[in-house]
Amino acid sequence: MHAVEKILARASGNDEVSSSNIVTANVDFVEINDLYLQVIKSFYEMNGYKVWNPDKVSFVFDHYSPSPTIKAADNHKKMREFCRKQGIKNLFDINEGVCHQVLPEAGLVFPGMILVATDSHTTTHGAFGAFGTGVGATDLATILISGKLWFKVPEVVKIEINGKLKSGVMAKDIILHILGDLGQSAAVYKAIEFTGSVIEELPVDERMALCNMTVEMGAKTSYIQPDDITLNYLKQRVKRDYTIPETDKNYKFANNYNYDISNLEPVAAKPHSIDNVDYVKNIEDVKVDQVFIGTCTGGRVNDISVAANILSGKKISENVRLIVIPASKEVYKKSIEKGYIQSLIESGATISAPGCGPCLGAHQGVIAAGETCVTTSSRNFPGRMGSTEANIYSASPYVAAYSALRGKLAYK
Amino acid sequence: MKIKGKVFKFGDNIDTDQIYPGRYLELTEHKEIAKHAMEGVDPEFVKKVNKGDLIVAGNNFGCGSSREHAVITLKKSGVNTIIAESFARIFFRNCINLGLPVLICPGITREAKENDILKINLKTGLIYNINNKKELKGEHLSERILNILNEGGIKPLLKNS
Repeated sequence: MHAVEKILARASGNDEVSSSNIVTANVDFVEINDLYLQVIKSFYEMNGYKVWNPDKVSFVFDHYSPSPTIKAADNHKKMREFCRKQGIKNLFDINEGVCHQVLPEAGLVFPGMILVATDSHTTTHGAFGAFGTGVGATDLATILISGKLWFKVPEVVKIEINGKLKSGVMAKDIILHILGDLGQSAAVYKAIEFTGSVIEELPVDERMALCNMTVEMGAKTSYIQPDDITLNYLKQRVKRDYTIPETDKNYKFANNYNYDISNLEPVAAKPHSIDNVDYVKNIEDVKVDQVFIGTCTGGRVNDISVAANILSGKKISENVRLIVIPASKEVYKKSIEKGYIQSLIESGATISAPGCGPCLGAHQGVIAAGETCVTTSSRNFPGRMGSTEANIYSASPYVAAYSALRGKLAYK
Repeated sequence: MKIKGKVFKFGDNIDTDQIYPGRYLELTEHKEIAKHAMEGVDPEFVKKVNKGDLIVAGNNFGCGSSREHAVITLKKSGVNTIIAESFARIFFRNCINLGLPVLICPGITREAKENDILKINLKTGLIYNINNKKELKGEHLSERILNILNEGGIKPLLKNS
């Protein structure tokens, strides 16, 4: 069995499972974000009374936080009331940040667990050897009632990444390169495992970026075998015991892909799909109105440090707005301690409160018709960040920072 | 379950931001959510669609975010069934949970055009195009899924069981 199958087998009380089996599994932890008042509505519509285990439930206010409208404020209010009533202590209010950053920082994510959240980017937690997957409101509400959910055991695709990363090339470039190569429906309903010498050296922040974007290929979940880098991150945070699953030597993957990224250069996904990928050097004449550095894909300390190092002592182009949103309070504090935020503000950046920011087009930097935005977030669908007449280029924080500096797409 | 309806046709990789833009995610009343169906790809869609109509789409329909609003908006605007070359995972699951029939049918975009009338038998997966008189077979839905759809979704199923 694959480690992912072993997770599902343990959670469903089976000795063995294999791909396409349907299993009903005990869920270790759930997270509901502030788009999903529907979860609470569905919970009561299905005759829910008490959540199955309040210690295994969390709410994170990130997408509409701090509330930009009266309606969003009302949704937050109702969620706080639900948490109080149900004894849910893991309420991460408007001062905390994006769920996929906040949960690992709080020590709530550990290898071998099943984590289900009302957010497609829950694949991020494969970076810790967890089975993370996104669902809608009704599925989540059934877990609140029963603690269980049915899963189809996914096939597992192996992506091996070897070589040596050039300076200025980041995990974001690797995953965009793979997306450009395989296409955005290459892994629908499958799990993706990353291995190879490049992965072994990637810091946790970069592993999370990689796993985060597997959902853009349709993946159900992702996986990186925990190693010393993972354990070093977890040991300061996770206060419980866990068992690290390991894939059997004879396991046969559904597909094997190999990439040598030694020659990879900075790339960007062009409008309006994430697999429309090109080298930045081929599209350098694109003028940019706004640059956004943030989100569960590209708003971690490593991302902010890369941008700060490029922009320190310089001024961004007078034609560009640069919005920087740390993914969490912890990221924000560390970035202040290291002087990154000071450098970015002095270069001309606007810093906003931790959360999802303009990634989903709700607030904090929505873009107008005819405008072009370079973003470290993960999606460039038409209208994702505002007007459907706007153009979004998804790229690394390195490319984003140089683009802010030059006023056009740039990587140097 | 037998269905007959008029086709609205869309391409590949129609994502949930096009089906239901993020700026409306704060809405919670289904009547309000219904006003923005497919707004990101065709702002006139809600004016044109009638109860019982069908969506025919290419690969990976519903990719992107996990928002259940994307299903609620289509169902409440009148869409009866979605037939696509393939679906994104979370969207497919959400449709079943909310009782909106979804059928995977390779070749459907070749054999059905905008405004065609299709007859669908969900149980057998057979799709008959009244306009060009061609028949296609969609992927069989499991008994478990058909049972949920017959009840109109997970919620009525749980209430009635």
